Amino acid sequence: MKQVLHVEDMSVTFALHNSEVHAVREMNFSLAQGETLAVVGESGSGKSQAFLAIMGLLAKNGRAGGRAMMEDINLIGMEPNQLDKHRGKDIAMIFQDPMTSLNPTLKIKTQLGEVLVKHRGFERDKAVQAATEMLERVGIPEPAKRANAYPHELSGGMRQRVMIAMALLCQPKILIADEPTTALDVTVQAQMLDLFKSLTEDFGTALVLITHDLGVVAGVADRMMVMYGGRAVEKGTTDDLFYDPHHPYTLGLLHSTPHIAKRAERLDPIQGLPPSLENLPKGCSFNPRCAFAFDRCLVERPPLAPTENGREKACHYEGPMAYGKVA
Amino acid sequence: MVGYVTRRVLSAIPIALIAVTACFFILRLAPGGPFDGERALPPTTLANLRAHYNLDLPLIQQYFIYVGRLLQGDFGPSMVYNDFTVAQMLWIGLPFTLMLGFSAFIIGTIVGLVAGALSAVNQNKWPDYVLVFLVMIGLVVPNFLMAAIMQLVFGVYLDWFPAGGWQNGSLAHLVLPITVLVLPHAGRTARLMRGSMIEVLGTNYVRTAKSKGLGQRLILARHAIKPALLPVVSYLGPGLSYLLTGSLVVEQVFALPGIGKYFISAALNRDYGLVLGTTILYMFIILAVNLLVDVIYAWLDPKVRYS
Repeated sequence: MKQVLHVEDMSVTFALHNSEVHAVREMNFSLAQGETLAVVGESGSGKSQAFLAIMGLLAKNGRAGGRAMMEDINLIGMEPNQLDKHRGKDIAMIFQDPMTSLNPTLKIKTQLGEVLVKHRGFERDKAVQAATEMLERVGIPEPAKRANAYPHELSGGMRQRVMIAMALLCQPKILIADEPTTALDVTVQAQMLDLFKSLTEDFGTALVLITHDLGVVAGVADRMMVMYGGRAVEKGTTDDLFYDPHHPYTLGLLHSTPHIAKRAERLDPIQGLPPSLENLPKGCSFNPRCAFAFDRCLVERPPLAPTENGREKACHYEGPMAYGKVA
Repeated sequence: MVGYVTRRVLSAIPIALIAVTACFFILRLAPGGPFDGERALPPTTLANLRAHYNLDLPLIQQYFIYVGRLLQGDFGPSMVYNDFTVAQMLWIGLPFTLMLGFSAFIIGTIVGLVAGALSAVNQNKWPDYVLVFLVMIGLVVPNFLMAAIMQLVFGVYLDWFPAGGWQNGSLAHLVLPITVLVLPHAGRTARLMRGSMIEVLGTNYVRTAKSKGLGQRLILARHAIKPALLPVVSYLGPGLSYLLTGSLVVEQVFALPGIGKYFISAALNRDYGLVLGTTILYMFIILAVNLLVDVIYAWLDPKVRYS
């Protein structure tokens, strides 16, 4: 498979008043054409910031390092006006909150059409027509009428469909979806995931799905990357990670997800709170919350390293993992 | 949109009525009357004068007589300038005052919007600091003081512009008074624009626009300006009323032939008809401008049109 994105040693830091916070460190992954990668982690694990950095959308005090190669161009540290040649065209992003991610003062057709005018050089009329077709494609009824509407006239699910249509207008190589279903009703979530899957397949677009919801990952993602405290702690195929997690944190996440087929009395959450990035624990960042931590975990941070069976994890513990009462 | 405008026009009627009523009675609460001079008038003369202007009737009856005339477009006579009706006096001074106020309004609004937007785009860089400093000066120095400073610096020391007077429409005579009026208005507008622009630039939809690769210029022009204007536009109505009342003072300082001179002396002399007439006319202008502002607001924010 052809690689569309290759991220090497990427880091994201934020300058505070008199200190620096490392939101993402030593991130490495690659993304193949048409593949779906799920990036999973709790709030503050750095999963969103990593991809905002790739899109050049970090807050003013944020700085990205390392490389994010899209073919032979490095997106990290690129001048905004250079980046604008690729953003929206080769690499697009969908955000968590469809209610606020569309401009309330502009019609849907304007917000969609401008992408084609900018990147494809379409005339305005032709751009609006193509945009309307795309709206139909993402399952919006009466697309011509909706194209003439303002965002507040559409429901949340509709707006997220509009966002998807907008991101896919130029058939990008990479689509980053940051918690695309979090703000939606559960009934709409499944439809939205189906839509992602079918459209990215049609266009051969590689999809990065940033989420904390493993239920979302299960049906859609080919591979998973689990993040904790700004670092990847486990990587592998979705099946491997679901059926045989190697990192205690992955296991914890799986156990804190409700399962429809099992009649569990209570969910088994991961104890404790996600760490403050300003003050990460010594050794393994996860050690204060880990059921398997031993003395080595308190002093030495485990690197993300290949395991014998060809997967990657960042954990010292090698024994079997029996966790709580469910496993 | 038509329905929206009609509703706004209709809702202005009770406001106008309340304002007229309030002005009428508040003015009468002030002690003294139009015929209190340094030398008391003979009682019979005073009684005749009061009867002539209906001042001997009960207040409530005077009110209805006044409103009745007003509805026919009659502002009544001036009680101090015997040979003039209020309408004639307004006709002499008001066009100039309005010209002064509206020129300052238009210039100040444009200057304020541009300065505020520039400030926001360069937030916490030197152009922002310079603009915020200038805005502060415009805001904190009262207009009568600013007028005197301008006269002294640009009129006397530098001698660039005339320090006062009005020679039948020479533009040079208008530069200083308009500048004095523009500064606070531009300052307030700029402050509002800066704040709302900074807020808009941090919204999710501007982030979306960036993620589409639209480029700074298009993002500002199409995605940021319109929503950023909303709070500024709602200030413009009150802003104009500050300007029009401010121009009364500025006219005095620069010896300009507007309504200001008459209005101030009318208030001191208790020339009821003239004070009421001026106030009511101002009120109508401000109501009309607010109506216009509401319409602009509805154009900027599609949500407003339906509520």
